[in-house]
Amino acid sequence: MISLKRRDILRSGVAAAAFVSSIGRSWAQDRKSVRIGYAISKTGPNAGGAGITTLPNYLLWAKEVQDAGGLELPDGSRLPLEVVEYDDRSSAEEVVRAVERLANEDKVDFILAPWGTGFNLAAAPLFDRYGFPQLAVSAVTDKAPQFVQRWKKSFWMLGGGHDYAKALATIIAEASKAGTLNGKVAMVSVADGFGIDLVTAARPAFQAAALEIVYDKTYPIGTSDFTPMINEAKASGADSFVAFSYPPDTFALTQQSQIADFNPKLLYLGVGTSFPVYSKNNGANATGILSLGGVDPTSEANADYRTRHEAATGIAPDYWASVITYASLQMLQEAIRRKGLDREAVAAEIASGSFETVLGETKLEDNQLRKIWWVGQWQNGKFVGVAPGDHAGASPLILPRQAWQKA
Amino acid sequence: MTSRLLCQITGFLTIIIALTALPFFVGPYTITLMIGMLGYVALAIAWAMFSGPTRYVSLATVAFFGIGAYACAVFNESLPYPLLLLVAGLIGLAVALVVGLATLRLAGVYFVIFTFGLAELVRQLVTWFEVNITGTLGRYIFLPVTPEGIYWQLLALSAFAFAISWLIGRSRLGLALKVIGEDEVVAAHCGIAIARIKLALFALSAVIMTLVGAIQAPRWTYVEPSIAFNPTISFLTLIMALLGGANRLMGPIMGAVPLFLLFEWLSANFPNHYSIILGLVFITIVFVLPNGVLDFVEKGLTHRITAAAKPAEVQK
Repeated sequence: MISLKRRDILRSGVAAAAFVSSIGRSWAQDRKSVRIGYAISKTGPNAGGAGITTLPNYLLWAKEVQDAGGLELPDGSRLPLEVVEYDDRSSAEEVVRAVERLANEDKVDFILAPWGTGFNLAAAPLFDRYGFPQLAVSAVTDKAPQFVQRWKKSFWMLGGGHDYAKALATIIAEASKAGTLNGKVAMVSVADGFGIDLVTAARPAFQAAALEIVYDKTYPIGTSDFTPMINEAKASGADSFVAFSYPPDTFALTQQSQIADFNPKLLYLGVGTSFPVYSKNNGANATGILSLGGVDPTSEANADYRTRHEAATGIAPDYWASVITYASLQMLQEAIRRKGLDREAVAAEIASGSFETVLGETKLEDNQLRKIWWVGQWQNGKFVGVAPGDHAGASPLILPRQAWQKA
Repeated sequence: MTSRLLCQITGFLTIIIALTALPFFVGPYTITLMIGMLGYVALAIAWAMFSGPTRYVSLATVAFFGIGAYACAVFNESLPYPLLLLVAGLIGLAVALVVGLATLRLAGVYFVIFTFGLAELVRQLVTWFEVNITGTLGRYIFLPVTPEGIYWQLLALSAFAFAISWLIGRSRLGLALKVIGEDEVVAAHCGIAIARIKLALFALSAVIMTLVGAIQAPRWTYVEPSIAFNPTISFLTLIMALLGGANRLMGPIMGAVPLFLLFEWLSANFPNHYSIILGLVFITIVFVLPNGVLDFVEKGLTHRITAAAKPAEVQK
């Protein structure tokens, strides 16, 4: 499988000395393999997210490439992968050092992106300085257009807070115009990166869509009792409830809304809604709930990807960034097949080329992936993409959502 | 004695000059490594400066480190660079004075708990401020500082911190601190202004920690509270200073350098077992070397000398 040669050699005793004196590692140059490196949060607060969205896809991809006999090059030959993996321990300084180590010590050919907006930004100047293309998937940022100017080989593939907020505002506004909803929104958000990003984008977006925000509350990270918020939202007269929440909050909100018999016609929850376990836990009650992300339920490539993901890693992928992470690796692989191991050429190919991935035909615009699902909805046990509605494979939005079914 | 002092100063300056020239001879990875190492050297010296003699175990390191990093993130667009560091240092100083005045009367375990809470408190305050006042959480730092530049600044800061510790150790202030560490009641009866001295040292050490954060932050490009206020930094600093011996001038350096290299080696070679090994290292240090490496070595030597001398005495 994946060979970790360097590590084995170093383990054999002389490592401390070798490490301090940084002995030349000339064997990296003899081209018997392609070295792929990455630093990912395997421990610390970011390990949860990285362990769902990013790491399983890196492992799956590496395994598949290896099983196929290696990475294909323009001349048709194949080179096996050699993977160098580091744990950044959820520390920004550690990400920086690990990327430096990958570039200078391990002399890897390509570096896969770390998990999270902050860490992708911490790593971006280094990717840029050493000329590595950076396919940043798990980074939601509105500043991608500026970053692309600054770091020409950086690619941003998960959109920004404004994209998600605007798509949601459009959905609520259209349903309100049609008379399905009353145009009033109750909104809660977690006081942390994701929640703040989304809620600061949502406030102007909802106002621009002529929606009335009747309740807007921020709660600290780690909150477990949402009953007061749910009751206030219930009393606010809004029939759309939006929560920009983290996974534990998402699960708690779902449970406590059922207990409080809170049945907004539109229910939008944050991170965690698109986890397969969400549907498993909530069964039919998940139906109709909206969140970020989604997939095209008719896509065979996607269904096949989900099966392989589960078989190889033992867990099902989430319905938001997982599939995009995998698609980013397919793009890298295909770009290498077309252009070889020249990082400059590979980056140019990723920027301008068109790729057949699990997302279907994939092409970046200004180094960003823009054709992704901004809003998804649980329908028939699948989290399907509903917005943008003109996106190929979009499912029709179902509103109002059914009331909670008591078990 | 004076010739010995001259020797020491010459040695110190030679090392500093050699380290200053280092970036011209080594690759970027070594610079990165040195940045991390010097960051911890400066933190450990600063920590030992206050906690060593007074024996007040502080876990507030990351509170000040984070304040520095955040100050850098907040003002990086509006202030020129040297002024940025000055402002960051002043903010650290102000916080340290307020906190110090309020808490340096606490002692023992209460102080430890308080300082641990302080880091979380500062982090929550920053979060609250960003959520309710500015409406953003992540902040970007785009400063044209090169890794070499950061390295030199940290080197200068470490050298400064070391020189200050050395001066304090030789001054009346150092003596006063030792008395406070031994017995506060005695110190008070000797006419030592306990509160003022503790406060001054706490503030000085806090300013150095703040500056480490402010100097290192541009390497991350992006700062948010969970990145800036990572509690691991407090624990690592503490264990480094303890390993070397917090009561000795060279202690923090002797602790920070080998431990940092060990951590780096562990994370490069045992990425999946890092935390377990780290925990074992902590336990080992506390059990085997409770007074630090330097003390251990010194005692070992004296022991051997006395052991060697004894038979001779018997013969007499």
